[in-house]
Amino acid sequence: MPTTFDLTITVNGTRYERSVEPRTLLSDFLRHNLGLTGTHVGCEHGVCGACSVLMDGQPVRSCLMFAVQAHGHEITTVEGLGTRDELHPIQQAFQEAHGLQCGFCTPGILTTVKAFLEQNPNPSEEEIREALSGNLCRCTGYQHIIEAVELAAEKMRG
Amino acid sequence: MKPAPFEYFAPASTDEALSLLAEHGYDAKVLAGGQSLIPMMNFRLVQPSILVDLNNIAELAYIREGDDGGLRIGAMTRHRQVETSPLAAERAPLIHVAMSKIAYPQVRTRGTFGGSVSHADPSAELPALSLALGGKFRLRSQRGERWVAAEDFFVSLFTTVLEPDELLVEASIPPMPPRSGWSLQEVARRPHDFALMGVAAVVTLNEKGVCDGARLVFISAGDRPIAAERAAESLKGQAPSSKVMEEAAEIASMQEIDPSSDIHATAEFRRHLANVLTRRALEQAFQRAAETKQEG
Repeated sequence: MPTTFDLTITVNGTRYERSVEPRTLLSDFLRHNLGLTGTHVGCEHGVCGACSVLMDGQPVRSCLMFAVQAHGHEITTVEGLGTRDELHPIQQAFQEAHGLQCGFCTPGILTTVKAFLEQNPNPSEEEIREALSGNLCRCTGYQHIIEAVELAAEKMRG
Repeated sequence: MKPAPFEYFAPASTDEALSLLAEHGYDAKVLAGGQSLIPMMNFRLVQPSILVDLNNIAELAYIREGDDGGLRIGAMTRHRQVETSPLAAERAPLIHVAMSKIAYPQVRTRGTFGGSVSHADPSAELPALSLALGGKFRLRSQRGERWVAAEDFFVSLFTTVLEPDELLVEASIPPMPPRSGWSLQEVARRPHDFALMGVAAVVTLNEKGVCDGARLVFISAGDRPIAAERAAESLKGQAPSSKVMEEAAEIASMQEIDPSSDIHATAEFRRHLANVLTRRALEQAFQRAAETKQEG
Protein backbone atom coordinates (compact mmCIF):
# COMPACT_ATOMS: atom_id res chain seq x y z
CA MET A 1 0.00 0.00 0.00
CA PRO A 2 1.31 3.44 -0.84
CA THR A 3 1.82 5.86 2.03
CA THR A 4 -1.09 8.18 2.55
CA PHE A 5 -1.31 11.51 4.30
CA ASP A 6 -4.13 12.72 6.51
CA LEU A 7 -5.25 16.12 5.45
CA THR A 8 -7.76 18.61 6.71
CA ILE A 9 -9.07 21.02 4.17
CA THR A 10 -11.91 23.53 4.06
CA VAL A 11 -13.77 23.61 0.76
CA ASN A 12 -16.57 26.12 0.25
CA GLY A 13 -16.84 26.56 4.02
CA THR A 14 -17.09 22.83 4.82
CA ARG A 15 -14.25 21.07 6.65
CA TYR A 16 -13.15 17.73 5.23
CA GLU A 17 -10.73 15.17 6.65
CA ARG A 18 -9.38 12.65 4.17
CA SER A 19 -6.38 10.40 3.59
CA VAL A 20 -4.67 10.79 0.23
CA GLU A 21 -1.60 9.64 -1.61
CA PRO A 22 0.81 12.56 -2.00
CA ARG A 23 0.61 12.28 -5.80
CA THR A 24 -3.13 13.04 -5.81
CA LEU A 25 -3.66 16.33 -7.61
CA LEU A 26 -5.91 18.88 -5.93
CA SER A 27 -8.16 18.82 -9.01
CA ASP A 28 -8.64 15.04 -8.74
CA PHE A 29 -9.08 15.26 -4.97
CA LEU A 30 -11.92 17.75 -5.38
CA ARG A 31 -13.64 15.67 -8.06
CA HIS A 32 -12.99 12.09 -6.94
CA ASN A 33 -12.58 12.26 -3.18
CA LEU A 34 -15.09 15.02 -2.44
CA GLY A 35 -17.42 14.52 -5.42
CA LEU A 36 -17.23 18.20 -6.32
CA THR A 37 -17.25 17.74 -10.08
CA GLY A 38 -17.88 21.40 -10.86
CA THR A 39 -14.11 21.87 -11.14
CA HIS A 40 -13.24 20.70 -14.64
CA VAL A 41 -9.99 19.11 -15.78
CA GLY A 42 -8.82 20.02 -19.26
CA CYS A 43 -5.15 19.88 -20.10
CA GLU A 44 -3.49 18.90 -16.80
CA HIS A 45 -0.46 20.99 -17.59
CA GLY A 46 -1.51 24.47 -16.62
CA VAL A 47 -2.50 25.86 -20.00
CA CYS A 48 -6.31 25.76 -20.21
CA GLY A 49 -7.37 27.16 -16.84
CA ALA A 50 -10.53 25.01 -16.59
CA CYS A 51 -9.43 23.66 -13.19
CA SER A 52 -8.87 27.12 -11.63
CA VAL A 53 -10.05 27.36 -8.01
CA LEU A 54 -9.32 29.82 -5.22
CA MET A 55 -6.89 28.97 -2.44
CA ASP A 56 -7.19 31.43 0.45
CA GLY A 57 -8.94 33.76 -2.01
CA GLN A 58 -6.21 33.65 -4.69
CA PRO A 59 -6.66 31.94 -8.07
CA VAL A 60 -4.61 28.77 -8.59
CA ARG A 61 -4.53 25.90 -11.07
CA SER A 62 -5.78 22.91 -9.09
CA CYS A 63 -4.08 20.53 -11.56
CA LEU A 64 -0.70 22.08 -10.67
CA MET A 65 -0.96 21.41 -6.93
CA PHE A 66 -0.99 18.26 -4.89
CA ALA A 67 -3.94 17.90 -2.54
CA VAL A 68 -1.55 17.53 0.43
CA GLN A 69 -0.33 21.05 -0.29
CA ALA A 70 -3.80 22.40 0.43
CA HIS A 71 -3.71 20.95 3.97
CA GLY A 72 -4.94 23.63 6.37
CA HIS A 73 -6.00 25.96 3.56
CA GLU A 74 -9.36 27.21 2.33
CA ILE A 75 -10.46 26.30 -1.17
CA THR A 76 -13.33 27.84 -3.10
CA THR A 77 -14.68 25.99 -6.12
CA VAL A 78 -17.50 26.96 -8.46
CA GLU A 79 -19.91 25.10 -6.12
CA GLY A 80 -19.04 27.73 -3.51
CA LEU A 81 -20.29 30.64 -5.57
CA GLY A 82 -24.07 30.32 -5.84
CA THR A 83 -26.81 27.70 -5.86
CA ARG A 84 -29.15 26.63 -8.65
CA ASP A 85 -31.93 28.72 -7.10
CA GLU A 86 -29.75 31.62 -6.10
CA LEU A 87 -26.97 32.30 -8.53
CA HIS A 88 -23.97 34.40 -7.60
CA PRO A 89 -24.09 37.82 -9.33
CA ILE A 90 -21.18 36.69 -11.54
CA GLN A 91 -23.14 33.60 -12.57
CA GLN A 92 -26.25 35.73 -13.22
CA ALA A 93 -24.20 38.05 -15.39
CA PHE A 94 -22.77 35.13 -17.39
CA GLN A 95 -26.30 33.84 -17.94
CA GLU A 96 -27.68 37.21 -19.00
CA ALA A 97 -24.75 38.23 -21.22
CA HIS A 98 -24.35 34.74 -22.79
CA GLY A 99 -20.85 34.42 -21.34
CA LEU A 100 -20.78 30.66 -22.01
CA GLN A 101 -21.73 28.11 -24.61
CA CYS A 102 -20.60 24.54 -23.85
CA GLY A 103 -19.68 25.53 -20.29
CA PHE A 104 -16.53 23.44 -19.95
CA CYS A 105 -14.23 26.39 -19.23
CA THR A 106 -16.84 28.29 -17.20
CA PRO A 107 -16.08 27.03 -13.64
CA GLY A 108 -12.44 28.11 -13.97
CA ILE A 109 -13.47 31.45 -15.39
CA LEU A 110 -16.07 32.12 -12.67
CA THR A 111 -13.64 31.45 -9.81
CA THR A 112 -10.91 33.53 -11.48
CA VAL A 113 -13.34 36.39 -12.02
CA LYS A 114 -14.50 36.24 -8.40
CA ALA A 115 -10.96 36.86 -7.09
CA PHE A 116 -10.34 39.47 -9.79
CA LEU A 117 -13.45 41.56 -9.07
CA GLU A 118 -12.73 41.49 -5.35
CA GLN A 119 -9.35 43.07 -6.09
CA ASN A 120 -10.55 45.31 -8.91
CA PRO A 121 -14.28 46.17 -8.66
CA ASN A 122 -14.26 48.55 -11.64
CA PRO A 123 -11.95 47.06 -14.28
CA SER A 124 -11.30 48.23 -17.82
CA GLU A 125 -11.76 45.86 -20.76
CA GLU A 126 -8.00 45.51 -21.02
CA GLU A 127 -7.70 44.56 -17.35
CA ILE A 128 -10.46 41.96 -17.78
CA ARG A 129 -8.66 40.42 -20.76
CA GLU A 130 -5.44 40.38 -18.74
CA ALA A 131 -7.15 38.71 -15.76
CA LEU A 132 -8.60 36.00 -18.00
CA SER A 133 -5.44 35.47 -20.05
CA GLY A 134 -4.93 32.10 -18.38
CA ASN A 135 -8.37 30.73 -19.24
CA LEU A 136 -9.04 29.22 -22.65
CA CYS A 137 -12.54 29.18 -24.17
CA ARG A 138 -12.98 27.46 -27.53
CA CYS A 139 -16.64 28.46 -28.05
CA THR A 140 -17.32 32.11 -27.41
CA GLY A 141 -14.46 34.07 -28.94
CA TYR A 142 -14.31 35.74 -25.49
CA GLN A 143 -16.37 38.81 -26.45
CA HIS A 144 -19.43 37.75 -24.46
CA ILE A 145 -17.25 36.67 -21.55
CA ILE A 146 -15.76 40.17 -21.36
CA GLU A 147 -19.26 41.64 -21.48
CA ALA A 148 -20.42 39.25 -18.76
CA VAL A 149 -17.56 40.31 -16.50
CA GLU A 150 -18.38 43.97 -17.10
CA LEU A 151 -22.02 43.25 -16.22
CA ALA A 152 -20.95 41.27 -13.13
CA ALA A 153 -18.78 44.14 -11.96
CA GLU A 154 -21.74 46.48 -12.36
CA LYS A 155 -24.05 44.16 -10.39
CA MET A 156 -21.52 43.71 -7.60
CA ARG A 157 -20.89 47.42 -7.24
CA GLY A 158 -24.68 47.64 -6.67
CA MET B 1 -1.72 10.87 -17.19
CA LYS B 2 -1.09 11.26 -13.48
CA PRO B 3 2.18 11.61 -11.59
CA ALA B 4 4.01 8.40 -10.71
CA PRO B 5 4.14 7.60 -6.97
CA PHE B 6 6.78 9.34 -4.87
CA GLU B 7 7.76 9.74 -1.27
CA TYR B 8 6.76 13.18 0.02
CA PHE B 9 8.46 15.44 2.55
CA ALA B 10 7.30 18.92 3.49
CA PRO B 11 9.98 20.36 5.80
CA ALA B 12 9.12 23.45 7.85
CA SER B 13 12.62 24.95 7.84
CA THR B 14 15.52 25.40 5.45
CA ASP B 15 17.81 23.34 7.72
CA GLU B 16 15.36 20.46 7.63
CA ALA B 17 15.16 20.69 3.83
CA LEU B 18 18.96 20.68 3.55
CA SER B 19 19.21 17.63 5.74
CA LEU B 20 16.69 15.81 3.50
CA LEU B 21 18.67 16.80 0.40
CA ALA B 22 21.92 15.67 2.04
CA GLU B 23 20.34 12.30 2.75
CA HIS B 24 18.51 11.72 -0.55
CA GLY B 25 20.60 13.79 -3.00
CA TYR B 26 20.19 12.51 -6.54
CA ASP B 27 16.87 10.74 -5.83
CA ALA B 28 15.15 13.86 -4.57
CA LYS B 29 13.56 16.65 -6.54
CA VAL B 30 12.79 20.00 -4.93
CA LEU B 31 9.21 21.26 -5.29
CA ALA B 32 8.88 25.05 -5.20
CA GLY B 33 5.84 26.65 -6.88
CA GLY B 34 5.36 23.55 -9.02
CA GLN B 35 4.21 25.43 -12.10
CA SER B 36 6.87 23.76 -14.26
CA LEU B 37 7.67 20.60 -12.28
CA ILE B 38 4.08 19.40 -11.74
CA PRO B 39 3.14 19.58 -15.46
CA MET B 40 6.29 17.52 -16.17
CA MET B 41 5.28 15.04 -13.47
CA ASN B 42 1.70 14.89 -14.78
CA PHE B 43 3.09 13.81 -18.14
CA ARG B 44 5.64 11.53 -16.43
CA LEU B 45 8.47 13.34 -18.18
CA VAL B 46 10.05 13.35 -14.74
CA GLN B 47 9.41 10.73 -12.08
CA PRO B 48 11.26 11.70 -8.93
CA SER B 49 11.17 9.00 -6.25
CA ILE B 50 11.33 11.64 -3.51
CA LEU B 51 9.81 15.10 -3.47
CA VAL B 52 10.99 17.76 -1.02
CA ASP B 53 8.26 20.41 -0.91
CA LEU B 54 9.47 23.87 0.20
CA ASN B 55 6.01 25.42 0.43
CA ASN B 56 5.85 25.21 4.23
CA ILE B 57 9.14 27.09 4.70
CA ALA B 58 7.91 30.57 5.58
CA GLU B 59 11.46 31.87 6.17
CA LEU B 60 12.22 31.60 2.46
CA ALA B 61 9.47 34.01 1.34
CA TYR B 62 10.49 37.67 1.62
CA ILE B 63 11.44 40.79 -0.31
CA ARG B 64 13.97 43.00 1.48
CA GLU B 65 16.24 45.89 0.77
CA GLY B 66 19.86 44.73 0.31
CA ASP B 67 22.85 46.31 2.07
CA ASP B 68 23.91 47.60 -1.35
CA GLY B 69 20.55 49.38 -1.82
CA GLY B 70 19.34 46.64 -4.16
CA LEU B 71 16.88 43.84 -3.56
CA ARG B 72 17.06 40.56 -1.67
CA ILE B 73 14.42 38.06 -2.71
CA GLY B 74 13.83 34.81 -0.82
CA ALA B 75 13.62 31.71 -2.99
CA MET B 76 9.99 30.95 -2.13
CA THR B 77 8.72 34.46 -2.86
CA ARG B 78 5.74 34.16 -5.21
CA HIS B 79 5.65 36.09 -8.48
CA ARG B 80 2.46 37.70 -7.22
CA GLN B 81 4.32 39.05 -4.15
CA VAL B 82 6.97 40.65 -6.35
CA GLU B 83 4.30 41.97 -8.73
CA THR B 84 2.54 43.79 -5.87
CA SER B 85 5.66 44.91 -3.97
CA PRO B 86 6.35 48.69 -3.95
CA LEU B 87 9.93 47.95 -2.81
CA ALA B 88 10.52 45.71 -5.83
CA ALA B 89 9.05 48.38 -8.12
CA GLU B 90 11.44 50.94 -6.68
CA ARG B 91 14.63 48.87 -6.38
CA ALA B 92 14.37 46.56 -9.36
CA PRO B 93 11.89 48.07 -11.85
CA LEU B 94 13.03 45.72 -14.62
CA ILE B 95 12.11 42.67 -12.58
CA HIS B 96 8.91 44.26 -11.33
CA VAL B 97 7.72 45.09 -14.86
CA ALA B 98 8.54 41.58 -16.06
CA MET B 99 6.20 39.98 -13.52
CA SER B 100 3.09 40.83 -15.52
CA LYS B 101 4.68 39.06 -18.52
CA ILE B 102 5.24 35.82 -16.61
CA ALA B 103 2.46 33.37 -17.44
CA TYR B 104 -1.03 33.98 -16.04
CA PRO B 105 -2.53 35.22 -12.76
CA GLN B 106 -3.19 31.66 -11.53
CA VAL B 107 0.42 30.68 -12.19
CA ARG B 108 1.82 33.82 -10.55
CA THR B 109 -0.06 32.98 -7.35
CA ARG B 110 2.07 29.85 -6.99
CA GLY B 111 5.22 30.31 -9.06
CA THR B 112 8.34 31.36 -7.15
CA PHE B 113 11.46 33.39 -7.87
CA GLY B 114 13.86 30.68 -6.76
CA GLY B 115 11.92 28.01 -8.61
CA SER B 116 12.04 29.88 -11.90
CA VAL B 117 15.76 30.59 -11.57
CA SER B 118 16.63 27.01 -10.55
CA HIS B 119 14.50 25.51 -13.32
CA ALA B 120 16.68 27.50 -15.78
CA ASP B 121 14.30 27.52 -18.71
CA PRO B 122 15.99 29.60 -21.43
CA SER B 123 12.55 30.95 -22.39
CA ALA B 124 11.83 32.27 -18.89
CA GLU B 125 12.28 35.90 -17.88
CA LEU B 126 13.85 35.69 -14.42
CA PRO B 127 17.06 33.86 -15.36
CA ALA B 128 17.71 36.42 -18.13
CA LEU B 129 16.83 39.42 -15.98
CA SER B 130 19.00 38.23 -13.08
CA LEU B 131 21.86 38.04 -15.55
CA ALA B 132 21.12 41.45 -17.13
CA LEU B 133 21.12 43.10 -13.71
CA GLY B 134 24.29 41.40 -12.49
CA GLY B 135 22.44 39.43 -9.83
CA LYS B 136 23.81 36.61 -7.73
CA PHE B 137 22.33 33.63 -5.91
CA ARG B 138 22.96 32.23 -2.44
CA LEU B 139 23.21 28.44 -2.50
CA ARG B 140 23.14 26.45 0.72
CA SER B 141 23.83 22.86 1.60
CA GLN B 142 24.86 21.07 4.78
CA ARG B 143 28.41 21.47 3.52
CA GLY B 144 28.13 25.25 3.68
CA GLU B 145 27.08 28.25 1.71
CA ARG B 146 28.28 29.90 -1.51
CA TRP B 147 27.29 32.86 -3.65
CA VAL B 148 27.24 32.29 -7.39
CA ALA B 149 26.92 35.14 -9.92
CA ALA B 150 24.08 34.73 -12.43
CA GLU B 151 26.65 34.63 -15.26
CA ASP B 152 28.22 31.51 -13.72
CA PHE B 153 24.97 29.87 -12.59
CA PHE B 154 23.27 28.81 -15.83
CA VAL B 155 25.02 25.90 -17.54
CA SER B 156 22.67 24.71 -20.30
CA LEU B 157 19.06 23.71 -20.92
CA PHE B 158 17.40 23.26 -17.50
CA THR B 159 20.85 22.83 -16.00
CA THR B 160 22.59 24.97 -13.38
CA VAL B 161 25.61 24.62 -11.11
CA LEU B 162 23.32 23.52 -8.24
CA GLU B 163 24.59 20.27 -6.68
CA PRO B 164 22.01 17.62 -5.73
CA ASP B 165 22.31 18.52 -2.04
CA GLU B 166 22.17 22.28 -2.63
CA LEU B 167 19.27 24.67 -2.43
CA LEU B 168 19.04 28.14 -3.95
CA VAL B 169 17.79 30.12 -0.94
CA GLU B 170 18.06 33.76 -2.02
CA ALA B 171 18.64 36.07 -4.97
CA SER B 172 20.48 39.36 -4.61
CA ILE B 173 19.79 41.98 -7.28
CA PRO B 174 22.15 44.96 -7.02
CA PRO B 175 20.93 48.48 -7.77
CA MET B 176 21.67 49.86 -11.23
CA PRO B 177 24.43 52.50 -11.30
CA PRO B 178 23.35 56.17 -11.55
CA ARG B 179 22.27 57.34 -15.04
CA SER B 180 21.12 53.83 -15.98
CA GLY B 181 18.14 52.86 -18.07
CA TRP B 182 16.52 49.51 -18.82
CA SER B 183 14.07 47.85 -21.14
CA LEU B 184 12.43 44.46 -21.66
CA GLN B 185 11.12 43.68 -25.14
CA GLU B 186 9.37 40.44 -26.12
CA VAL B 187 7.33 38.93 -28.90
CA ALA B 188 4.90 36.13 -28.03
CA ARG B 189 2.02 34.62 -30.01
CA ARG B 190 -0.34 35.39 -27.16
CA PRO B 191 0.46 37.77 -24.30
CA HIS B 192 1.99 35.84 -21.37
CA ASP B 193 2.99 32.81 -23.41
CA PHE B 194 6.68 31.98 -23.50
CA ALA B 195 8.35 34.58 -25.72
CA LEU B 196 9.41 33.54 -29.23
CA MET B 197 12.22 36.00 -28.63
CA GLY B 198 12.97 38.51 -25.92
CA VAL B 199 15.74 40.83 -24.84
CA ALA B 200 16.56 42.73 -21.68
CA ALA B 201 18.80 45.79 -21.95
CA VAL B 202 20.49 47.69 -19.13
CA VAL B 203 22.63 50.68 -20.15
CA THR B 204 24.56 53.31 -18.20
CA LEU B 205 25.62 56.77 -19.39
CA ASN B 206 28.52 58.78 -18.04
CA GLU B 207 28.20 62.46 -17.14
CA LYS B 208 28.82 63.48 -20.75
CA GLY B 209 26.00 61.29 -22.02
CA VAL B 210 28.33 58.65 -23.47
CA CYS B 211 27.62 54.95 -22.91
CA ASP B 212 29.66 53.72 -19.99
CA GLY B 213 28.42 50.16 -19.91
CA ALA B 214 25.69 47.95 -21.34
CA ARG B 215 24.23 44.51 -20.89
CA LEU B 216 22.04 42.73 -23.41
CA VAL B 217 20.55 39.38 -22.43
CA PHE B 218 18.33 37.30 -24.71
CA ILE B 219 15.38 35.03 -23.91
CA SER B 220 14.55 31.98 -26.11
CA ALA B 221 17.83 32.49 -27.94
CA GLY B 222 19.88 29.43 -26.98
CA ASP B 223 20.25 26.74 -24.32
CA ARG B 224 20.38 29.31 -21.50
CA PRO B 225 19.96 33.07 -21.13
CA ILE B 226 22.40 34.47 -23.70
CA ALA B 227 24.42 37.61 -22.86
CA ALA B 228 25.53 39.39 -26.03
CA GLU B 229 28.88 40.64 -24.80
CA ARG B 230 30.37 41.84 -28.08
CA ALA B 231 27.26 43.83 -28.92
CA ALA B 232 27.37 45.40 -25.45
CA GLU B 233 31.07 46.16 -25.85
CA SER B 234 30.40 47.89 -29.18
CA LEU B 235 28.19 50.42 -27.39
CA LYS B 236 30.81 51.42 -24.84
CA GLY B 237 32.36 54.84 -25.35
CA GLN B 238 29.71 55.74 -27.93
CA ALA B 239 27.08 58.45 -27.73
CA PRO B 240 23.74 56.69 -28.26
CA SER B 241 22.58 57.03 -31.87
CA SER B 242 20.45 54.97 -34.25
CA LYS B 243 23.64 53.90 -36.00
CA VAL B 244 25.40 52.41 -32.94
CA MET B 245 22.17 50.76 -31.80
CA GLU B 246 21.66 49.19 -35.24
CA GLU B 247 25.23 47.92 -35.22
CA ALA B 248 24.83 46.38 -31.78
CA ALA B 249 21.55 44.76 -32.85
CA GLU B 250 23.27 43.32 -35.93
CA ILE B 251 26.16 41.85 -33.91
CA ALA B 252 23.88 40.37 -31.26
CA SER B 253 21.29 38.90 -33.62
CA MET B 254 23.68 37.52 -36.26
CA GLN B 255 26.76 36.53 -34.24
CA GLU B 256 25.99 36.01 -30.59
CA ILE B 257 22.62 34.35 -30.11
CA ASP B 258 21.92 30.75 -31.07
CA PRO B 259 18.15 30.38 -31.58
CA SER B 260 16.63 27.14 -32.82
CA SER B 261 13.71 26.37 -35.10
CA ASP B 262 10.56 24.75 -33.76
CA ILE B 263 6.85 24.64 -34.61
CA HIS B 264 6.44 28.20 -33.32
CA ALA B 265 9.16 29.99 -35.29
CA THR B 266 12.21 29.39 -37.46
CA ALA B 267 15.67 30.32 -36.24
CA GLU B 268 15.87 32.89 -39.05
CA PHE B 269 12.65 34.59 -37.89
CA ARG B 270 13.94 34.58 -34.32
CA ARG B 271 17.13 36.35 -35.43
CA HIS B 272 15.01 38.92 -37.22
CA LEU B 273 12.96 39.47 -34.06
CA ALA B 274 16.15 39.75 -32.00
CA ASN B 275 17.45 42.47 -34.29
CA VAL B 276 14.25 44.54 -34.14
CA LEU B 277 13.75 44.02 -30.40
CA THR B 278 17.36 44.93 -29.58
CA ARG B 279 16.99 48.27 -31.35
CA ARG B 280 13.74 48.96 -29.51
CA ALA B 281 15.21 47.90 -26.18
CA LEU B 282 18.32 50.05 -26.57
CA GLU B 283 16.29 53.05 -27.66
CA GLN B 284 14.05 52.80 -24.60
CA ALA B 285 16.91 52.02 -22.21
CA PHE B 286 19.02 54.97 -23.40
CA GLN B 287 15.97 57.23 -23.26
CA ARG B 288 15.34 56.19 -19.64
CA ALA B 289 19.02 56.66 -18.77
CA ALA B 290 18.97 60.17 -20.25
CA GLU B 291 15.86 61.01 -18.22
CA THR B 292 17.45 59.95 -14.93
CA LYS B 293 20.43 62.12 -15.82
CA GLN B 294 18.16 65.16 -16.07
CA GLU B 295 16.55 64.31 -12.72
CA GLY B 296 19.96 63.96 -11.06
